[in-house]
Amino acid sequence: MGDMNTIGVSVKRKEDYRFLTGAGNYTDDVTLPHQSYACFVRSPHAHAKIKGIKTDKALKAPGVLAIYTGEDWAAAKVGGLPCGWLITDVNGQPMKEPLHPCLAQGKANHVGDQIAVVIAETYNQAKDAAELVEVDYEVLPAVVDVASALKKGAPQIHEAAPGNTCYVWALGDKGATDKAFASAAHVTKLEFINNRLVPNAIEPRAVNASYARHDESYTLYVANQNPHVERLLMTAFVLGLPEQKVRVIAPDVGGGFGSKIYLYAEDVVLTWASKHVNRPIKWTAERSESFVSDAHGRDHATTAELALDKDGKFLALRVHTKAAMGAYLSTFGSCVPTILYATLLAGQYTTPVIYAEVTAVFTNTVPVDAYRGAGRPEATYVVERLVETAAREMKIDPAEIRRRNFIKTFPYQTPVALQYDIGDYEATLAEAMKIADVAGFPARRAEAAKRGKKRGLGYSCYIEACGIAPSAVAGALGARAGLFEAGEIRVHPTGKVTVFTGSHSHGQGHETTFAQVVASRLGIPVGDVDVVHGDTGRVLFGMGTYGSRSLAVGGTALVKALDKVVNKGKKIAAHLLEASDADIEFKDGVFKVAGTDKAVPFGSVALTAYVPHNYPHDKLEPGLNEQAFYDPANFTFPAGSHICEVEIDPDTGVTKIVNFTAVDDFGNIVNPMIVEGQVHGGLTQGIGQALTEACVYDRENGQLVTGSYLDYCMPRADDVPSYKVGTKVTACTHNPLGVKGCGEAGAIGAPPALINAITDALGIREIEMPATPERVWRAANKKD
Amino acid sequence: MKISMTVNGKPVSAEVETRTLLVTLIRENLRLTGTHVGCDTGQCGACTIHMNGQAVKSCNLLALQAEGADILTIEGLAKADGTLHPMQEAFREHHGLQCGFCTPGMVMSAVDLVKNHPNPSEETIRAELDGNLCRCTGYHNIVKAVKAASAKM
Repeated sequence: MGDMNTIGVSVKRKEDYRFLTGAGNYTDDVTLPHQSYACFVRSPHAHAKIKGIKTDKALKAPGVLAIYTGEDWAAAKVGGLPCGWLITDVNGQPMKEPLHPCLAQGKANHVGDQIAVVIAETYNQAKDAAELVEVDYEVLPAVVDVASALKKGAPQIHEAAPGNTCYVWALGDKGATDKAFASAAHVTKLEFINNRLVPNAIEPRAVNASYARHDESYTLYVANQNPHVERLLMTAFVLGLPEQKVRVIAPDVGGGFGSKIYLYAEDVVLTWASKHVNRPIKWTAERSESFVSDAHGRDHATTAELALDKDGKFLALRVHTKAAMGAYLSTFGSCVPTILYATLLAGQYTTPVIYAEVTAVFTNTVPVDAYRGAGRPEATYVVERLVETAAREMKIDPAEIRRRNFIKTFPYQTPVALQYDIGDYEATLAEAMKIADVAGFPARRAEAAKRGKKRGLGYSCYIEACGIAPSAVAGALGARAGLFEAGEIRVHPTGKVTVFTGSHSHGQGHETTFAQVVASRLGIPVGDVDVVHGDTGRVLFGMGTYGSRSLAVGGTALVKALDKVVNKGKKIAAHLLEASDADIEFKDGVFKVAGTDKAVPFGSVALTAYVPHNYPHDKLEPGLNEQAFYDPANFTFPAGSHICEVEIDPDTGVTKIVNFTAVDDFGNIVNPMIVEGQVHGGLTQGIGQALTEACVYDRENGQLVTGSYLDYCMPRADDVPSYKVGTKVTACTHNPLGVKGCGEAGAIGAPPALINAITDALGIREIEMPATPERVWRAANKKD
Repeated sequence: MKISMTVNGKPVSAEVETRTLLVTLIRENLRLTGTHVGCDTGQCGACTIHMNGQAVKSCNLLALQAEGADILTIEGLAKADGTLHPMQEAFREHHGLQCGFCTPGMVMSAVDLVKNHPNPSEETIRAELDGNLCRCTGYHNIVKAVKAASAKM
């Protein structure tokens, strides 16, 4: 039975057959009896007063069942969308939380803001009728970038947030930091924009809400990463419905990357309306709607300075960031540029003092929230651009300057709140340099120069905090929710197992990885284990998937439940084998009396639990079904080294990535194939940020210029290389699997590695992301 | 209007509006929901099917343009006994899919790619997959899968 242990084996995915044969079941694939359809009327203006809405013509259009506007919403006395994280500002005051209405209340605050919803028999009818809704707008001046929004006299978006400021927040010792700067031998200062991105999961957001009169319950199918939190927020904070009367199902979900974590207005409006029209209502975003209604990512303007002594040892780091919140606070928008950003500014280094100040700013744009990496890519960009630039300025090899500053002893308390449990940064860097053949780079550069091409090499040594999060710590930092995870192991009489997890898979392959964990521990085939997720009606509870937390937190909850299963199994086995509980050991799927050949297999114990004829009824309940909740003791700290080599054609400005190497330490690895896939995907999103993707708003009128795939440049197959990936392992010290999380690493590490390579190739100090051929060509040819 | 065609080897007919897209006919009228819609500008390729033996984006065609056509969707690619097509098998073997949403379109494009370019180079594969967006895999394993499948097709 030893071969049942598949930890570390690239087991092929259980979910693939259905996806490959068109049998996946995504929200838009669900069509219910008497299905109706919704279309939202959205603001075409970035900032406008709504003077009136006429719906009479639209109501008479064929097939229309109902139309609701902000007035109906106010009359129903339901709440706004809540923000899940309270940030306390530098003066001890709570952040400003203007109303985030599900249907606009008298004013539209971004292009795409939802004004009304039309519900009809077919989607085309709803769409046709939506065009007949007449909205009388008084257009107001708009502001779309953080610097302009903070200027005196800027258009004011919310009365509740004077100066468009949500909060000014700080972390670290300002006095000590300033003092260190005053005596530094060298200071490197950079100013940069961390470009706004659109997550763009290929499955658009979708909702199908229905109401059952017989038991007054609601069912909501939704493309979402954490259905229990969706339900909690919607029932307790917005609609005031009994939580037990709402079932949220997130079936197959076509990618999330953060954008499907949140409670969105469409989800709430359809749930509410499904009772009023007494029909199931479906809405699926058209891509152009996704661009103006899915939460965006990044959008920082930062000034950052690194102080060094004469040997290149880091003395202090000082960072000032203006972070866009967009028009409203999205579910976790407030914690991204603070808790998930400034706490990571130590990076892999022993920088003794750090001070970060963050101003969160409302702009007339789509709300900004967590997008793959969430705060950590922004922090890594700050640190790794500064480090590389300082190395060049001080003529120290960029790998050497990093080695001089690496944290080498653990646990390590950073000056920005986190305590790293373990890592080996020299090991990942050395391995990456070997794979990338850094030693051979000068020759390759010379050879490229002969062909008129410019080669450059860039490093990025990132760290991230994953396994989010110890609830008590998160709570002290402002989280309004716990961040544990729940799981259940249901052993059936036949010895087959159904696993229920509060984590959610939308591409990560939990149905395989989690089955490997369970099957390996129980000594049964992976095929005997099914994983259920994404349904509040079947799964006990869950906090969902984001922050690379699924295996570290959700997987550990399963291990705890497995321990309970094995413990109960031992008692049953002891009874069957007429031994004492303490003498039973469980290994490779067999319960055995230690030191003897008396044994009973797992399947027999399972059967006995459900057919308890010969059973210790005085001591044990029948059945073999255990649950566990797990609240982590600390964050996990995946870290790694990325090395990018580019070749630039100065005549065209085209940057070719000729080599991208990523060596990561994710702790122990359950399924290497899946982990590598996560790295590839993350790297491509990071390369997208650095090379192709930019969400652009028109500064005059606030229109979204990049509102489709024609204008927003998603990385395509011919924009990216095949990657070289490797791993080094230091096992996480505080969870039983020793795992850290791998989902976001690529998106965190890649952008600075790529920009460091481009600036190296061109011999320049800075280039703005995305480094498009135009920007690169201008830099290469020194034209503005 | 009434329209007839062959889909996955079976004759079908349906009543559609003149503006109905081919992908809407496939998903809504025929309930073949394996063909997906990921954008509204013909850019993402999630809706790719085969029409008369060629890969086409079914969101870029009116249903009426497919009158009398021979249509193959992802549901018709595997053998009747469930055995996967070599391209599907290669995607599974090489982890060429994660969330699965772009996958049907990607696989249908890839089958056409190998038909037009037997034994393609990595460069050819990447260039020819230009019409299909994937946000999960970074394309690395898709390229590997297409290369592997080309040796078996």
